[in-house]
Amino acid sequence: MRLLKIIGKRFSRNRLSVIGAVIVLLLITVSLLAPFISPYDPTAIDVYNVLSPPGKSHLLGTDDLGRDLLSRIIWGSRVSLKVGFVAVGIAIMIGIVIGSVAGFYGRRVDAILMRFVDIMLAFPTFFLILAVIAILEPNIFTIMAVIGVTSWMDVARLVRAEFLTLKERDFVDAARAIGINNTRLIFRHILPNALSPVFVAATFGVGGAILIESGLSFLGLGVQPPDPSWGNILTAGKDNIEIAWWLSLYPGLAILITVLSYNLVGEGLRDALDPRLWEAERD
Amino acid sequence: MLSYITKRLFLMIPLIFGITLITFVVIHLAPGSPVEVQTEMSLKVSAQAKENLKKLYGLDKPLHIQYVDWLKRFMKLDFGKSFVDGRKVIDKIIERIPITLTINILSLILIFLVAIPVGILSATRQYSLFDKLSTVFVFVGFSTPTFWLALLLMILFGVNMGILPISGIQSIDVSEMGPFDRLIDWIKHLIMPVGVSAFGGIAGLSRYSRSSMLEVIRQDYIKTAKAKGLPESVVVFRHAFRNALMPIVTILGLSVPGLIGGGVIFETIFAIPGMGQLFYSSTMSRDYPTIMGILVIGAILTLFGNLIADISYAMVDPRVRVRK
Repeated sequence: MRLLKIIGKRFSRNRLSVIGAVIVLLLITVSLLAPFISPYDPTAIDVYNVLSPPGKSHLLGTDDLGRDLLSRIIWGSRVSLKVGFVAVGIAIMIGIVIGSVAGFYGRRVDAILMRFVDIMLAFPTFFLILAVIAILEPNIFTIMAVIGVTSWMDVARLVRAEFLTLKERDFVDAARAIGINNTRLIFRHILPNALSPVFVAATFGVGGAILIESGLSFLGLGVQPPDPSWGNILTAGKDNIEIAWWLSLYPGLAILITVLSYNLVGEGLRDALDPRLWEAERD
Repeated sequence: MLSYITKRLFLMIPLIFGITLITFVVIHLAPGSPVEVQTEMSLKVSAQAKENLKKLYGLDKPLHIQYVDWLKRFMKLDFGKSFVDGRKVIDKIIERIPITLTINILSLILIFLVAIPVGILSATRQYSLFDKLSTVFVFVGFSTPTFWLALLLMILFGVNMGILPISGIQSIDVSEMGPFDRLIDWIKHLIMPVGVSAFGGIAGLSRYSRSSMLEVIRQDYIKTAKAKGLPESVVVFRHAFRNALMPIVTILGLSVPGLIGGGVIFETIFAIPGMGQLFYSSTMSRDYPTIMGILVIGAILTLFGNLIADISYAMVDPRVRVRK
């Protein structure tokens, strides 16, 4: 608890990260409350109000089918939230397992797993994601899975590096001495000590996953219309680029602000969790 | 040096092997065989014709034999024929490589020209106004979807101001132009794509060179250099910069997959006939031979990018090539 307090204190010293955290919380609230706060039905077509610019009745204007842009952006935040968290969850699980096994067992296991990481890193990730999604079916579940499966490599490397130093420590010998099996030793004893860089990577990962999802949906390989996602609203923006700037501006702004907030939180967490900077704090 | 390069080349072989294996597995995840995809358009295809197609692609053999066959043909750069137009996949890819490579190289140059000075300046003037502004830029740069940036630039320069073309790599009337006008036309078409593709890289690399430079500035030999009264420019450029450059060089290699992959989006937006756009249209039409070909070639290009980075790293840092 004392540790959490120190981390909290260190985190709150970084003003930008606090602002980021507030925005993240706000976005989560908005997406949870979407049915109650969105002014219109996000898929309701209104042929009399096609491509109307931002104004009183439609704060951010309407799209090419007369749907309210603000409502679509509010509902679209749900997609980003889901994809961000689920994809990162998958990536972290794979990364933790591979990284801790490689770091703990070392030698040949380590060599093989790390070559696998190298191979995965050599693929232009976006190509790989596109290929898999085109083969399977483009929908939100495929996207979450595919982003997760193609973005665990950094986590694996971080966890492995932590394990390499942690496994030399006395508490590992102590645990071995009382006859704990390897699985328990890895996941119950060593892993909790290796998690702080994972938290940081996860926070940045959410932002990254949101960016990839929006790109995929923009290309038509993500969330399919009429369901709104920030990326597929931007497709409409591109199709109407000469007449409706609002369709391009606002959804992108939503992506930018969201991703920026997660990145700011990640930056703050990194400083707050950096043990090298802790010594002074203890006194 | 030569032995270092040979060693690195040998290390690439298992990687290439793994890449081909993953590509093969990914494509064979597909529900329904490629034959179904190719024949689903025309309802009149007979069972006999389907069998013939299967034989043609070797799909009647067990998977591991298919893989070995494919690998053998891949060694000869034979990726088979495109489902879409029946042309050889390798020809389709090769004609797309120059434009993609040009844009990538231009944007790499742009990234280095902008990011390194920015990084050095923010490091040497840490916490100054310039440093703060560039930090803000870095964070915004990391968080901006590049396709959105492309759209905004298209609206600004293409639609509102009308000074830059928003698609393609040449104007329709390019054949009537003189060589100079043709060059101007080409540059005009490339400004936005190159800028957009460099944008994220500039943010990343300037952050990276800033922290690399900060690390070096703290070293004792920099204090010594300052203490013996050398002018700041000499300390910064001769002593600090050269050492800070080393880790920056590796970023060059690591940024290659991002650039190649990112090409899918901006080449599609700006209608540039490069590898990214070919890949996009192949995925949309499920043209498996082309998808496999581009995946493998993209990955191998990435490996060579890494190799070049490692070699240049070894050139600037003797410790690397001597070790082991």
